[in-house]
Amino acid sequence: MHLGVSESMRECEYSQISTRSSTPMETPYKKRTPKKRKWESFPGRNKFYCDGRIMMAKQTGVFYLTLVLILVTCGLFFTFDCPFLAQTLTPVIPVIGGVLFMFVLGTLLRTSFSDPGVLPRATPDEAADLERQIDVANGSTGYRPPPRTKEVVINGQTVKLKYCFTCKIFRPPRASHCSLCDNCVERFDHHCPWVGNCVGRRNYRFFYMFILSLSFLTIFIFAFVITHIILRSHQTGFLNALKDSPASVLEVVVCFFSVWSIVGLSGFHTYLISSNQTTNEDIKGSWSSKRGKDNYNPYSYGNIFTNCCAALCGPLPPSLIDRRGFIQSDTPQLAPPTNGITMYGATQSQQSHMVSESETESVTKTSAFRAPNSFYRPPPLLSSSSKAPSPSS
Amino acid sequence: MSFHNLQELRHSASLANKVFIQRDYSEGTTCKFQTKFPSELESRIERTLFEDTVKTLNNYYAEAEKIGGQSYLEGCLACATAYLIFLCMETRYEKVLKKIAKYIQEQNEKIYAPRGLLITDPIERGMRVVSFPL
Repeated sequence: MHLGVSESMRECEYSQISTRSSTPMETPYKKRTPKKRKWESFPGRNKFYCDGRIMMAKQTGVFYLTLVLILVTCGLFFTFDCPFLAQTLTPVIPVIGGVLFMFVLGTLLRTSFSDPGVLPRATPDEAADLERQIDVANGSTGYRPPPRTKEVVINGQTVKLKYCFTCKIFRPPRASHCSLCDNCVERFDHHCPWVGNCVGRRNYRFFYMFILSLSFLTIFIFAFVITHIILRSHQTGFLNALKDSPASVLEVVVCFFSVWSIVGLSGFHTYLISSNQTTNEDIKGSWSSKRGKDNYNPYSYGNIFTNCCAALCGPLPPSLIDRRGFIQSDTPQLAPPTNGITMYGATQSQQSHMVSESETESVTKTSAFRAPNSFYRPPPLLSSSSKAPSPSS
Repeated sequence: MSFHNLQELRHSASLANKVFIQRDYSEGTTCKFQTKFPSELESRIERTLFEDTVKTLNNYYAEAEKIGGQSYLEGCLACATAYLIFLCMETRYEKVLKKIAKYIQEQNEKIYAPRGLLITDPIERGMRVVSFPL
């Protein structure tokens, strides 16, 4: 029984909502309305490109700077230094340089464009259920209660799980809310402006590969540009060598200043990986022995090798936010702000809030008091199941 | 169970009350759900059936996230091919998620729908809850 005209529609039978494909639930008598993809109404402060395939942070200026620095330096290296080096020494040098360059670029783009492990926000039902549980535990109050925490024992260590007022969830262990992207990210490491994205569970290995290969590339270019200058000076004298190859000076300067920070960063992250910590945890000193005699990292596997393998070669979890899926009218939308008032059931979510595009842009940055009309909702389907829009609270 | 009833169940599911099974973090960040039997389901389904379902789900997730020979191989191969291999191949996690989706559909058809219940796949709720719309 085929329902709509679009080839992406499935038959009207019980079927799982696949995170990969779209299964809009339309019946034959409804008019076909334009389907919006989920990334278009994503509540975080992210930017999406290529119809949701690429996901980045809001501020991407520094990422373009990184890209330009890498491309220009490598470009100059391949254009001005490699011919001389290939002739004088060996053509393997440009080949290795090329491979390193491709790897650096690949890992950089993968880190920048992928979902770091963003946790989707709670649906209204979930949020209401949690509120109910917390009220039962605390005793209901009319105003916003104090910050909520839950304690859980992981491998013998007590870990506090914090409640995120923006996402309306209890954050899993090691997750943290990025204020720049306004998302909770699993195994949050840090927000890297150079990469233009958060670094979290899903892209940490790419980030590490990126800084490691960039260290090698920087040292490689630095070493061979110096070699080039030295070899040329033997032939024509130092000043003439500099005059013949002015680009080399620029490359040496860029590499010299980059090498300290990048190699340092690689070393730091190697330490973090071997002890299975995140930058966040290390900065806060969550597992440092200074906090207490019995304080230890419950996530560490005990030995460096296993920690490294787990971080770099472990299974890659899928993205939880399904950015390219289509928005369905009967799935609950995000939880509106509670302002201390609990809501039961999903009736609120069925009501579509008609918002203009400009309102979507001016999303306020505060968490629980976000205006209910801040999120663009799809237009209501022309059927009896959709309800009239409710007045905003 | 004809599909019409399941369809109606699905449509009314989002309007109904739901029971949420939360994650169990006692073993760390691996995906595991609490097997505690919620009181709202007392009259609707047998405890053992429910626990079986959740335990099987937990086993599936453990299999997906297992760190061992096969996952290392996959990780190293992927790194060596600059992760391009995932254009043609599915990750093991994705394969297991498909198995889970099939398992949940099966359970819904055989066990839960006849009792007027429905399990929502955790992947749709950010791996945070297994929701049971009542």
